[in-house]
Amino acid sequence: MSSKILTFTLNGETIRVVVEPTDMLADVLRDKLNLIGVKKGCGQGECGACTVIMNGDAVTSCIIPALKAEGAVVETIEGIGGPGKYHPLQESFMDLGAIQCGFCTPGMIMSAKALLDKNEQPTREEIREAISGNICRCTGYVKIEKAVSTAAEKIREGK
Amino acid sequence: MLQDYLIPETVEQALSHLQGGKGRARVVAGGTDLLLDLANGKKEAGVLVDLTRIPGLQEITLEDDLIRLGAAVTHNQVAKSKLIQEKASVLARAARSVGSLQIRNTATVVGNVVNAQPAADAAVALVALGAVAEVVSPSGKEYIPVEKLYAGVGKSVLDSTSQIVTRIQFPALLKNQGSAYERLEQRKALALPMLNVAVVVSLADNRFQWARIVMAPVGPGPVRATEAEAILTGADVSLGNIENAAAAARAQANPRSSALRGSREYRLEVLPVLVRRALEAAVVRAGGNC
Repeated sequence: MSSKILTFTLNGETIRVVVEPTDMLADVLRDKLNLIGVKKGCGQGECGACTVIMNGDAVTSCIIPALKAEGAVVETIEGIGGPGKYHPLQESFMDLGAIQCGFCTPGMIMSAKALLDKNEQPTREEIREAISGNICRCTGYVKIEKAVSTAAEKIREGK
Repeated sequence: MLQDYLIPETVEQALSHLQGGKGRARVVAGGTDLLLDLANGKKEAGVLVDLTRIPGLQEITLEDDLIRLGAAVTHNQVAKSKLIQEKASVLARAARSVGSLQIRNTATVVGNVVNAQPAADAAVALVALGAVAEVVSPSGKEYIPVEKLYAGVGKSVLDSTSQIVTRIQFPALLKNQGSAYERLEQRKALALPMLNVAVVVSLADNRFQWARIVMAPVGPGPVRATEAEAILTGADVSLGNIENAAAAARAQANPRSSALRGSREYRLEVLPVLVRRALEAAVVRAGGNC
């Protein structure tokens, strides 16, 4: 097997990492780069827990070959904010209790961020479409939808 | 076992990678189906040749009333494209119903065809649009109707270790033409179609010049309801003719009972309803009235 060096932009930083052709992006992010906010649920692109933003679009990183990310710009939950300076989406999810077990939350937030990056005034339908590929088995969708629209308001007010 | 992942910059380079692989190298685009098939052992590849960075293949173009989609065009690109929404709305609707947004951001429309699943939404719409695939191989370029690409359930006539579908093309719909898509599904996202129907009609003086009606999954690939199409050709636009066509479509369908997609009996009841709805919507979009 021929290992290769993957070069890409991860959360604003240029990263070079040795990967195998069989590696999926989610595994590289978790196991080689220690970004364990990227959750791996189904491993088949169905549950959305591994969602990251690649070149502006939400994608399921568990079925993206790592080498497909060559030259790409990738964002994970770790890159958008954290203690001290949370992203409005992270804040709203906490403030409104849009979290139960939390396993779907990073993917849910990244799907929502991909939407809000392009559309600061999404309709309810647009929010639903954006998170339709993220499954929450605690079934907290109502609060999640509210958290996304609240974050959108905050982002608009912050301008 | 996968040994290498290559990202060529031209179609020629991609072809030479495939030739160099001697049957072990395989084309990949979005990979949302292929990577799972490789992981499950349903398919084999030593080398993957990724087409998505080849300049030009990411584009949707309109030239001389012909719409062309490159091999790297994703479902979401098609669903959001103003051009497709206006000139081939059946395809925008079909592309919108595949998987989830994340899948639609990754999976390509050409891949939806080459993967050859019987009810792949975009492929069903493309057959209704009379789409043709541009297939490139070391021996040259050929054009094959999408309808003729099916060799069996999940089997394409194309060989992804030596042939590349670079584009798919179809005529943009004219003012007197309309299209529609109907889908029976258990949920509004991440749900396989229990039935899907794509329709394109062309009208003149409130008569059908022709109609193309495609239904799935009722056979190994998208199935043309040829009897229904024949009933409509030259016929007045009327609810009676549409009902007759819907009944003929049902008579030509052969769905299996499936735990995932519902029983044969149930789907045979629903199918003519979907055909009727699709025809009525397509007629309205073509400026006709029943």
